Amino acid sequence: MNDMTHAIEVENVYKVFGRKSDTALKMLREGHARDAVEEATGAVCAVIDASFRVAEGEIFVIMGLSGSGKSTLVRTLNLIHPPTTGAVRIGGTDITTLSPRRLRELRTSTISMVFQHFGLFPHRTVLQNAEWGLEVAQLPAEQRRVKAMEALELVGLKGWEDSYPGELSGGMQQRVGLARALSTDADILLMDEAFSALDPLIRGEMQEQLVELQQTLKKTIVFITHDLNEAMYLGDRIAVMKDGRIVQIGSAEEILQEPANDYVEAFVQDVDRSRVLTASSVMEEPIATILRREGPKAALRTMRQRQVSALFVVDPGRRLVGVALDDDVMKAVRSGEHSLDPITSSEVPTVTPDTLLADLLVPSAESRLPLPVVDDGKLVGVIPRVTLLAALATGSPNGVADGPADDGLAENGTPPATVPGSPESADAEEVSE
Amino acid sequence: MDLNGLPRVPVGDWVDAGVDWLTDNLTWLFDGVSAFMSALVGWLEAALLFPPALVVVVAFAAIGLLVRSWKFGLFTLASFALIVSMSMWEAAMSTLSLVLVASLITVAIGVPFGILAARNNGFSTFVRPVLDFMQTMPSFVYLIPAIVFFGIGKVPGVVATIVFSMPPAVRLTELGLRQVDKEVVEAGEAFGASPSRILTRIQVPLALPTIMAGVNQVIMLALSMVVIAGIVGAGGLGAMVFRGVTRLDVGLGFEGGLSVVILAIFLDRITSAFGERASKRTSR
Ligand SMILES: Nc1ncnc2c1ncn2[C@@H]1O[C@H](COP(=O)(O)OP(=O)(O)O)[C@@H](O)[C@H]1O
Ligand SMILES: [Mg+2]
Repeated sequence: MNDMTHAIEVENVYKVFGRKSDTALKMLREGHARDAVEEATGAVCAVIDASFRVAEGEIFVIMGLSGSGKSTLVRTLNLIHPPTTGAVRIGGTDITTLSPRRLRELRTSTISMVFQHFGLFPHRTVLQNAEWGLEVAQLPAEQRRVKAMEALELVGLKGWEDSYPGELSGGMQQRVGLARALSTDADILLMDEAFSALDPLIRGEMQEQLVELQQTLKKTIVFITHDLNEAMYLGDRIAVMKDGRIVQIGSAEEILQEPANDYVEAFVQDVDRSRVLTASSVMEEPIATILRREGPKAALRTMRQRQVSALFVVDPGRRLVGVALDDDVMKAVRSGEHSLDPITSSEVPTVTPDTLLADLLVPSAESRLPLPVVDDGKLVGVIPRVTLLAALATGSPNGVADGPADDGLAENGTPPATVPGSPESADAEEVSE
Repeated sequence: MDLNGLPRVPVGDWVDAGVDWLTDNLTWLFDGVSAFMSALVGWLEAALLFPPALVVVVAFAAIGLLVRSWKFGLFTLASFALIVSMSMWEAAMSTLSLVLVASLITVAIGVPFGILAARNNGFSTFVRPVLDFMQTMPSFVYLIPAIVFFGIGKVPGVVATIVFSMPPAVRLTELGLRQVDKEVVEAGEAFGASPSRILTRIQVPLALPTIMAGVNQVIMLALSMVVIAGIVGAGGLGAMVFRGVTRLDVGLGFEGGLSVVILAIFLDRITSAFGERASKRTSR
């Protein structure tokens, strides 16, 4: 992480609303509690001492309950709410020192934003909405059109450019919001609860589409949400906010496995673990293995010692060759066979370390053996069914129930894709009125 | 003199003194304003009265038809023809000129003030009681200083009308701008738009239905005030009504009053049609 370039660096940022913000700030720094400060000064301490860095190309999620200061914090990043104190560095420059003009240039070229209730201009067409940033940048009309059309196409809104936002469904409106943000080619995207106002189904689609877009666009995204599952699905790293303060920053797994305090622990209790944890976080050391060259007799001995009924056969580089079952091993020993090869079945279902637990449920249920976790051909771990169940049961019984019902059937960790790229099918149905 | 033991507070004397000072020192300004307004009113009145009355009636009917509907066009045609046949046409066009000029100036002053009030909370809290005062003051009280500064005639009528009809222009402009969704304004800001671009491209277009409602109210208030101003020599329908009252000529008073009502309906329907059109474009 250290040698990565940081697109955004936030250092000791405070945002206090109200007349007596100086007094409030002083009190906060002296260690007074937020409630006491607000009572004494009448100010609102929306963000207190926030510090974090966002790497280039990262999706950084800020999560917290309503009123915890998320929207305010994200608005300090483009100075819509200038911090009361603290530094916000974008590409190394402290933007709190910029002149209004330079700041506007920065907003036009480098940082764009997507809003919770879309923030579209109802009196402008979809195309004119998408052109907004380019119009501000004073691009010639023809270039504006081309770029805005590209962005609209990217989000699957081709053919809707002459409609008005009011004629579109929520999901499509937010696509316009996204297109408006993408059309300026800004490297940094601020998304304030961008999907929170959408129906769960559409929200899921939008999340998937964002992840897909991100694979090619590689933007630096600061994504705000109050939805833990969304945070865990989208975030490379997550900052948890409470009452204006950031209480923990870490990857989804870190936050789930090692919550910094009781608050975070309570917060993550209901998360659908099956969609956050991956095979690598629960897999166990493979002990029921045998080298391919060792032969059936050695295999039998190992099985007895380890009290297992099957062994994973590996070659010296720990490459998984296949699996040998106890019946076959017995037969081979009886018939004086010296090699394991004839009885090694290579038809083993394997999973990768990145596979989500939700996607392990079906293979695990169908297999009599622990699931081998294979990375680049190498056997790196195994997941016995009981391990999987235990991992899902921790904290939330829902984890087990939800998993297979939703997308347990999806392959390789990507939830079932519905839309991207086919506006006619899914989108047509979204049109309201 | 000392009623209830309280000393008399000479508010009236102070106002008199202030008015005296103004007339002594700012005559050049009043003369300039006076010349400008009477030129504007005179020009408009001349333009309306230059063609034959029925041609103008048909023109108004066409406006009614284009802006609203054929029914309203027909209504305009019939009702304006009635004004002509009651021999109220000249008076009506004179009143209309006064109303339009006064409303134009009111809007030109009131809307910028409304914008200022929407952007500046301090100014807003300062301006609110002033507007309340302007609106609750009995309307003909404005005529007194107006006559003092501008003499008898059309100009004091216009000036008093401007003062009287100003509040809705300021109020509804401020309200309309403040009602624009905060996120939409932030969206303008977040992409680097300057405050003036946000104002002209986002806030004003979205506030337009409300601003138009204000314009509608301004015109209605202006009409009522202009009729009252007829008393002080502003002429027009007000003078007709006033003559009817002083001569106890019920017929004349009624004809004048009916013409006022017809003008009022026309102006109201036309301006509210613009408002409806604006809100159709801006509603989601
Ligand atoms: N412009 C403002 N003026 C005063 N207080 C504000 C303003 N914006 C937000 N707040 C307050 O700051 C706190 C955090 O709000 P916000 O950042 O919107 O939280 P979140 O987005 O997490 O719901 C809330 O108590 C809110 O009332
Ligand atoms: Mg918020």
